[in-house]
Amino acid sequence: MAEKEVSLIKGNEAIALAAIRCGCDGYFGYPITPQSEVLETLAAQKPWETTGMVVLQAESELASINMVYGGAGTGKRVMTSSSSPGISLMQEGMSYLAGAELPCVVFNCMRGGPGLGTIQPSQSDYFQTVKGGGHGDYRLITLAPSSVQEMADFVDLAFELAFRYRNPAMILSDGVIGQMMEKVVLPGFKPRRTEEQIMKECPWAATGRMGRTHPNIITSLELQSEVMEQNNLRIQAKYKECEEKEVRYEEYMCEDADWLIVAFGSAARIAKKTIQLARGEGIKVGLLLPITLWPFPTRQIEALGRKVKGILVLEFNAGQMIEDVKLAVGCSLPVEHYGRLGGIVPDPDEALEALKKMI
Amino acid sequence: MTREEIINTGELVYKKPELLNETPMHYCPGCPHGTVHKLVAEVIDDMGMRDKTIAVSPVGCSVFAYRYIDVDWEEAAHGRAPALASAIKRLWPDRLVFTYQGDGDLACIGTAETIHALNRKENITIIFINNAIYGMTGGQMAPTTLLGQKTVTCPYGREVALHGYPLKIADIAAILPGTCYVTRQTVHTVPAIRKAKAAIRKAFEYSLQGKGSNLVEIVSTCNSGWKMSPEKSFKWMEENMVPFYPLGDLKDTGKE
Repeated sequence: MAEKEVSLIKGNEAIALAAIRCGCDGYFGYPITPQSEVLETLAAQKPWETTGMVVLQAESELASINMVYGGAGTGKRVMTSSSSPGISLMQEGMSYLAGAELPCVVFNCMRGGPGLGTIQPSQSDYFQTVKGGGHGDYRLITLAPSSVQEMADFVDLAFELAFRYRNPAMILSDGVIGQMMEKVVLPGFKPRRTEEQIMKECPWAATGRMGRTHPNIITSLELQSEVMEQNNLRIQAKYKECEEKEVRYEEYMCEDADWLIVAFGSAARIAKKTIQLARGEGIKVGLLLPITLWPFPTRQIEALGRKVKGILVLEFNAGQMIEDVKLAVGCSLPVEHYGRLGGIVPDPDEALEALKKMI
Repeated sequence: MTREEIINTGELVYKKPELLNETPMHYCPGCPHGTVHKLVAEVIDDMGMRDKTIAVSPVGCSVFAYRYIDVDWEEAAHGRAPALASAIKRLWPDRLVFTYQGDGDLACIGTAETIHALNRKENITIIFINNAIYGMTGGQMAPTTLLGQKTVTCPYGREVALHGYPLKIADIAAILPGTCYVTRQTVHTVPAIRKAKAAIRKAFEYSLQGKGSNLVEIVSTCNSGWKMSPEKSFKWMEENMVPFYPLGDLKDTGKE
């Protein structure tokens, strides 16, 4: 077996390089810290000369997400990236994409808010991402990488899920993993689909009729309430299937755990260190790491909740995912939150202190 | 007698373009949208591009343009049609890509997308219906509303101190190096309709030839919003709109 090529790269660079390698047709983005390396890497790589991938710097995040909408409506694999304030600007577009049932990938390299906030890492866009963000009843399939390797691996996975459910998929990361350099094995090259393949795989897409007997229309508009309700019910049925089939998570040292930490992304890395420190002091703690934030691993947390004495939810925010953890376990055991705000990343021993307070 | 038999009884001198389907239009009687739709459908048919056209409709009266012309369409969020079209054309370079937008959509909420798409030299065409008012939402003031013109949000007439000046988007478009062809037309008389059709054809051809972005402004009326009969509104347009928005080509570098 040939030795796999290992690169030492930033999380943001991994997103860009993985996009080129997974057959992405187009990237549309606008600069914002701490994710500008995505567009910079793509511009330096010039994939339009190799794979034929389009890379375009838009005039705003509004334009970026609507370029994504335009490209997605033609069945192409298209994506954008931004950070929290830019993602706020994209909420309207994401609602339209979900409403028109279009697949795309959006990468959010979260920074602290609210407002212009800070450029330091944060996880405070959890609510915005998994509870809607834009208007209307819709969901974003959300993947939360906790390493640079997962940044590289989740681009293709996000596209696969987005096309399977014809819905936007979000890669929700933060400035820690976006800026951090780690060893990565990049995914192998997957060719971009030909126009014929796109038309076969996406019979709904607005590609030009090309002999089709009927025109294809991409829209989220329907003025008749009865029809609009049916459209919504179809979308909700799709979400139900997604909730049944696509939950992804990781368990770490949960077998003998008396206590449980629930954390995602970079917070989960800190939680692992906290667990090692706690176990050094004889406290048996495990970690449930949700990889999909929507659909959320509700059943898995519920099951672990029956085995442990209490749950600490560690997040870089004021307490957002804790609401979903509480919904999973109800009032059956204590659930506490520990987090830092404004771009501060907590130390493992701070989290350990918070855990000890529960015990 | 069937429809075909009626047609066959005499010499066929005129017919509806094949791409314009039978769906009854929702536009008000006397509205120029129907005429412009017909011209767009005719030009696509004439150019043999029905299989290779991807169009983008706006938010506004023409939101349902996709119901009437049988090509593939994407319906955009308010003002964002040129962003969609930019991506579509770059991803499908051999397709005819155009947007169809009103003045509220293009000249107000979508000004940034319009100017940047035009100036990026996207090989698209923007069909711009300027009736100086927000028609669909009930006749509110638009950025193109003339000074002194009354609307439901400037019921005493537009005045500079309160509302600023009307915006001439085509004039801005003409000075952008990314644009190839910028023209202003009307469709209120038969000669005008013929000229407008030729302008749309020229714009579509330039965009297919990769000569740059193209803007075809159609100075129009809104008899419902203006609260005038169709006849009176065309007269008002001639007397008030046309002097402020003069007709003809503002720029044509495609011939060179």
